[in-house]
Amino acid sequence: MKFTDVYLQTATKILVFIIMTFSIYVLFAGHNNPGGGFIGGLITASALILLYIAFDLQSVRDIIPVDFKKLAATGVLIALLTGVASLVLNIPFLSQAFTYVDLPFLGKTELATAMIFDLGVYLAVLGTTMTIITSISEDDI
Amino acid sequence: MSTLHLAILLPFVFVVIIPLLYKYTTAIHTGWIALIVPVALFVYFAGHFSIYDAIEPITVSVPWIPSIDIHFTLYLDSLSLLFALLITGIGSLVVLYSIFYLSKDRERLHLFYAYLMLFMGAMLGSVLSDNLLVLYTFWELTSVSSFLLIAYWYQRQRSRYGAQKAMYITMTGGFSMLLGFIILYVASGTFSIREIIAMGDTISAHYLFIPAMFFILLGAFTKSAQFPFHIWLPDAMEAPTPISAYLHSATMVKAGVYLVARMTPIFGAQLEWSWTIIIVGIITLFWGSFNALKQYDLKALLAYSTISQLGLIMSLLGVGSMGMNGMFGDEVSFAFMGAFLAAIFHLINHSVFKGSLFMMVGILDHETGTRDIRKLGGIMHLMPISFTLTMIGAFSMAGLPPFSGFISKEMFFTSMLTLSENNSSWVNIIPVIAWVASIFTFIYCMIIIFKSFTGTYHANLLERVPHEAPVGMLASPATLSILAIALFLFPGLIVTSILEPTVKGMAPNVFAKDPDWHAHITAWHGLNLELFMTIGLVIIGILLFLRIEKWKTPIFSLISKRYSLNQVYDKGMINLEKFGTAVTRSYMTGSTTHYLTYIFCFLIITVLGTLLVTNSFYLDTSNDSPIEWYEFVLGIATVAAAVFVLFSTSRLMSIMGIGVIGFTVSLFFVIFRAPDLALTQLVVETISTTLFLLCFYFLPKMKTSITSLKFKLTNAVIALGVGTTLTLIGLSAYGHRIFVPIAEYFNDSYKLAGAKNIVNSILVDFRAFDTMLEIVVLFSAGIGIYTLIKLRHAGRND
Repeated sequence: MKFTDVYLQTATKILVFIIMTFSIYVLFAGHNNPGGGFIGGLITASALILLYIAFDLQSVRDIIPVDFKKLAATGVLIALLTGVASLVLNIPFLSQAFTYVDLPFLGKTELATAMIFDLGVYLAVLGTTMTIITSISEDDI
Repeated sequence: MSTLHLAILLPFVFVVIIPLLYKYTTAIHTGWIALIVPVALFVYFAGHFSIYDAIEPITVSVPWIPSIDIHFTLYLDSLSLLFALLITGIGSLVVLYSIFYLSKDRERLHLFYAYLMLFMGAMLGSVLSDNLLVLYTFWELTSVSSFLLIAYWYQRQRSRYGAQKAMYITMTGGFSMLLGFIILYVASGTFSIREIIAMGDTISAHYLFIPAMFFILLGAFTKSAQFPFHIWLPDAMEAPTPISAYLHSATMVKAGVYLVARMTPIFGAQLEWSWTIIIVGIITLFWGSFNALKQYDLKALLAYSTISQLGLIMSLLGVGSMGMNGMFGDEVSFAFMGAFLAAIFHLINHSVFKGSLFMMVGILDHETGTRDIRKLGGIMHLMPISFTLTMIGAFSMAGLPPFSGFISKEMFFTSMLTLSENNSSWVNIIPVIAWVASIFTFIYCMIIIFKSFTGTYHANLLERVPHEAPVGMLASPATLSILAIALFLFPGLIVTSILEPTVKGMAPNVFAKDPDWHAHITAWHGLNLELFMTIGLVIIGILLFLRIEKWKTPIFSLISKRYSLNQVYDKGMINLEKFGTAVTRSYMTGSTTHYLTYIFCFLIITVLGTLLVTNSFYLDTSNDSPIEWYEFVLGIATVAAAVFVLFSTSRLMSIMGIGVIGFTVSLFFVIFRAPDLALTQLVVETISTTLFLLCFYFLPKMKTSITSLKFKLTNAVIALGVGTTLTLIGLSAYGHRIFVPIAEYFNDSYKLAGAKNIVNSILVDFRAFDTMLEIVVLFSAGIGIYTLIKLRHAGRND
């Protein structure tokens, strides 16, 4: 099914970038402001869904050649490994740590291992949502 | 982590490494890589062995799940050292043998050796664990690896059948054993075997002590193929012969014996324990040896012979424990200890000669293409070394000098005579049964040697011209044969180092009276009743063997096949499957309406039921803030949308109605100052509406016409029930303040987690474990949907 809606496609080209940027912001801001990996993942997914609606599956797959199953698995693996990392250091599973460092331009910045974990959540949510949606929409009876 | 822990983990590491290396090392046989593990471990364990001294028991522990008393505790004493040496020693020989037995080009070797390593690690873990639950885990893992190895040639129907049978029976026993372990934990408050033994009488007073004993015995009996659970072992012979030699004769089937020996200090003083083991063991000994005579397949014959020999070892453990209950004087008690000594000694001998015999049968199969004794014969001069090695193994099993089996069989007779002398007269039948079973054993040993190697040579029945096996293949059985002779000539090699400390560990209460007791094992023990029993059985055995063709068929035709245990198992499995299918069909209707009905009814019954039974409904509005007008408006909008969904006639309208509910709920979150939730709810609502629209395309038309009033009323009742339940729960949960809520703790999120956003810090820090499991569930759901959709077409073409 190939359908073209010039208005939607033109708007999408701009909107997708705005939504994507916002989702990345939400992911990283999550520690101190509303947001986090779960929401970030869902927002990115909605941006991608917009692309799918505006264009067709094949062209989007050409632009973003990502296997979402593997993306989801990577996310789960990252989350799991942050847990294992604390085991290696002989502290309870999934203990998180944080510290503040001074970075050029950014000033005092917080670095937290929870961030890595959240990144895993982000990837898992994004990958899973997209796996479900693409496999349903690709299905033809 | 100690070296002992690493020793157990090494095989597991190789489970991963071997398949990885397999791709890149096509030039050499994978077996050579696998051989590193048992050899290295054997050297490691041999380092703990000294001929002159008993090993000083080693305990090392690593906390695993301390909150429920699960520690990865390893305990190395002479009993576990003996098993570790058997596992790694015979393991090395078996791996060496398999290199020549399994073709590099035709077999999937990486899987074979990965499974084998899995077994080795699991078996080492079982015999070294001090923690009951860790022991149980490894124990079940040996069943799993045995299943995989029996089904190694899974293209064959018999292999799959045998693998399944073995797993069902051993795992049923394993589960029962777990029940026993849990009862022991309830009685003692610890999972540590050492600590349970130290408690002694306080546990035996517990009212569930005897049931626990029977549960654990069931586990041991199924694993060690005791009557009536022995039926899995002959079918397990579908495994490649190195596996039969390793798992199903030398090590895994001895796990039950190990468990009984390990549990003897706890249960040994109970008469129920002794008699159950003696009777089951003697029946198994008799029935196994009797059935072995019937077999034409050499491997099946060896399988029944293994069953019989395991019964013999079991019965000895039972006899030995008679000395622990304090019914007899010191002298008799110590006489019973001879049975323990015989049991452990025979266990070693059996592993040695049976491992060797299995390998020899494998060689026969490999070189002639058959294991059927009706086709074999007259190949003695073609395979002289094989003939010699088979003869050593079989003579040792028959209990003839100068092989180690002779000594342990004499000790077995002594123990059985001791038992009958010190009990009422009906027990006299036990030595008689034991003696008759030994005659059968002697006859089938003769069958193994003479039916396959002497007699007439049928060149036309054999697939290929037999010739002597390669040296690499003969090396392993030759090593074991030398050991069988060495143990006859120098039993002292293992007496002070292994046998004596093991026996002393099994019956601490008896040896407390005489700590300086020493075991003596000699090949020559004078002209006594035992020796005459042996001479008698040899004479009768030879006479019967010479006339075997005359009596074999009439005797075995007497036993009906219809009521055999295998029939019971097969019929049971078929009926179980039918029953399971019927039960499943009755509720798995394929209708979502039905499934939701089950879920909701369950929810109402359990939750509302609990609320009513505990009388915990509670309504207190005094602390509530007043409801603002805009909240009223939102509430009414939500309800209106819900009612709209109920009465809408098209799917599209319903989807939109549900969307409205979702968006009003997110507005509620905004009002209640929960921006995270509001944001999430909004995005989730957007995406799920998209999903709905995607699925919408595939859904059938709404069936509004056929729904009856009764159907609608039932649904209405369920819906009202769920709504009422959740409302009541919400109100009661808010009204009750049984303990200080944890919310105050989360307020410190900036100090504790460096996060100003409490919700996020709960998700990724305080309760990160929940989140991790949630994304795992999410991921599994995604993969589930993917496979449901993508693999559906493939399935349809089948």
